[in-house]
Amino acid sequence: MESKTLFENIWDRHVIAEREGGQSLVYIDRHLCHDGSFNAFGQLREHGRDVRRPSQTFATPDHYTPTRSADLRDVPDARAHEISTAIDKNCADFGVTLFPWGDDRQGIAHVVGPEQGITVPGITLCCGDSHTSTHGALGCISFGIGASEVAHVMATQAIWQRRPKTMRITVDGKLGFGVSGKDVIIAIIRQISAAGGTGYAIEYAGSAIRGLSMEGRLTLCNMTIEAGSRIGMVAPDDVTLDYVEGRPYAPKGVAWEKAVSFWRSLPTDEEAVFDTEHAVDGDAIAPMVTWGNSPQWAAPVTDTIPDPASEFDVEKRSEMESTLDYMDLKPGTPISEIKVDKVFIGSCTNARIEDLRSAAAVAKGRRAVVSTLISPGSGLVKKQAEAEGLDKIFTDAGMEWRLPGCSMCVGMNGDLLEPGERSASTSNRNFRGRQGQGSRTHLVSPSMAAAAAISGTFTDVRKLMED
Amino acid sequence: MEAFTTFKGIGIPIDIINCDTDQIIPARFLRKDRRDPEMASFLWHDLRKDPEFIFNKAPYRDGKVVVADINWGCGSSREGAVYALNANGVRAVIAPSFGDIHYNNCLKWGVLPVRLARDDCDGLRRQLHDDPGAEVAFDLESQSVTGPDGARYKFEIDPFDKYRMLNGLDDYGVTREYDTQFDAFEAKHKAEYDWLYGDA
Ligand code: SF4
Repeated sequence: MESKTLFENIWDRHVIAEREGGQSLVYIDRHLCHDGSFNAFGQLREHGRDVRRPSQTFATPDHYTPTRSADLRDVPDARAHEISTAIDKNCADFGVTLFPWGDDRQGIAHVVGPEQGITVPGITLCCGDSHTSTHGALGCISFGIGASEVAHVMATQAIWQRRPKTMRITVDGKLGFGVSGKDVIIAIIRQISAAGGTGYAIEYAGSAIRGLSMEGRLTLCNMTIEAGSRIGMVAPDDVTLDYVEGRPYAPKGVAWEKAVSFWRSLPTDEEAVFDTEHAVDGDAIAPMVTWGNSPQWAAPVTDTIPDPASEFDVEKRSEMESTLDYMDLKPGTPISEIKVDKVFIGSCTNARIEDLRSAAAVAKGRRAVVSTLISPGSGLVKKQAEAEGLDKIFTDAGMEWRLPGCSMCVGMNGDLLEPGERSASTSNRNFRGRQGQGSRTHLVSPSMAAAAAISGTFTDVRKLMED
Repeated sequence: MEAFTTFKGIGIPIDIINCDTDQIIPARFLRKDRRDPEMASFLWHDLRKDPEFIFNKAPYRDGKVVVADINWGCGSSREGAVYALNANGVRAVIAPSFGDIHYNNCLKWGVLPVRLARDDCDGLRRQLHDDPGAEVAFDLESQSVTGPDGARYKFEIDPFDKYRMLNGLDDYGVTREYDTQFDAFEAKHKAEYDWLYGDA
């Protein structure tokens, strides 16, 4: 038999038909929707089309949901209210399963999918959101699509796609204390650039990746899109199976046994060949902080802001100058001396229970000196955190414990930075204006965000925890 | 979708590396309807606050072709980025590389995404700066672009994408032609992976 990669093992089992030139009609096993999918439902209505397999689509509101109040009627913004409630009608009309606002299962789509066992190994999954790459952490093919493609998936349960090339990124070594999946992916993007993965499906391999928890792997795959690639994957192993077993939509009993034996057959064969390979030294990764308006502009917290003058590529140099100007940073400034105005802990990147635990470990018994907002990834994460007393640690530290949603990651619900304000944020994008007009975002891990909240600057969490 | 055969329009040089879709249309405008009368004003909305931004200047503000840099349209999957281009009559974007999702979104709405070598993109942008109002021409059938100086560049496009663009086809119609294959595939798939269709 021909040797195949994890990606090929799954892709080849989902191709319904192929056109000349290589585009494939790919079957989609599961599809996730959110409140921002109103455009796609609108397109279905415009054309008078139905959802072909409603039982394979699941929905949860996240982008526009308020995090302050559990009562949607409190949302003062009429349009946000309209969008937040449209999902109820759309799901009812089209027969789609909804985890509605107020339900414990509601949350950010990329937290909810794995949490509910909707995401399992070996499947194809789509969602109208670029961070759909997240789900590949469980060993499936999962990618973000645009609204027209969402409407197409709903109407046909399939999508036309060019087969991506394959890339393997091997991270060997042992991650140091205070170094998380977030630091690993930022280090990778820094190395291969924000366009380095474009056109590829990435498989993450190596001992440092194997050693990551499922939460860490979800964070890693989440930010794959920030390297330009829509698909990030980790081969399913015991960590994966332990995570999936017993979840509401995961197979049970005999079906579970059958699924497991299939999932065990998925990992990349030893002889399989990737189109591109990269290696990253896991031992050398330090807690990372981004300093520009692309996740590729990042450095270890122990570094200083680089000098554009030392960049040879003219276009890159001018981009660095303009990004530093926007971020109001001077070359040579130690990163640890940059002051922050607000801290955000949340988003589909870092709002799972382990993320909250690592932030709480830093916040415990300390006081935040800057305004800090924490939004758990789902109602169930919130419940779990409260059962463990994490909410108490945060509120005792003077931090705000909010309701689940995308919140300040993109600010569509009104959780925003003021113009010129600087954040330490556990989200995934530091683009200009992402957290509000004129906002300045630095991406960090949850423990580094908590450390910034405690000290008001980007403090090396390894040092803070030593003292 | 409006078919794309040939097109000629004023070029707008955008000298930004990794120009993400948040720059093309800020998130706060995504709540608007695709046909919102103000959609045209959302394109590069926050960048346009700088009076020096190229799209604020005549004749670039009448531009219908974007010439960009590496990783144009990376980031968010928001289709609003293409609605905003559409609303301004932009029919083509040339860049060394594109965000994959945005590339596909462009194809769905009749905006031709063209990948050219970075040097060629740099050269085209320079010409557009030096000669404001200069035009760039496209011929999809022959897969070629003609710059203001008359130089011709060939570009690659997937044959199926080309076919749909030339004919202005919506994917849905094409997909339904495959119903027989779909049904056969799904029956087999369901039998093999029955745990995906369990009691839940
Ligand atoms: S948390 Fe942020 S990145 Fe994730 S789905 Fe929500 S808006 Fe998108």
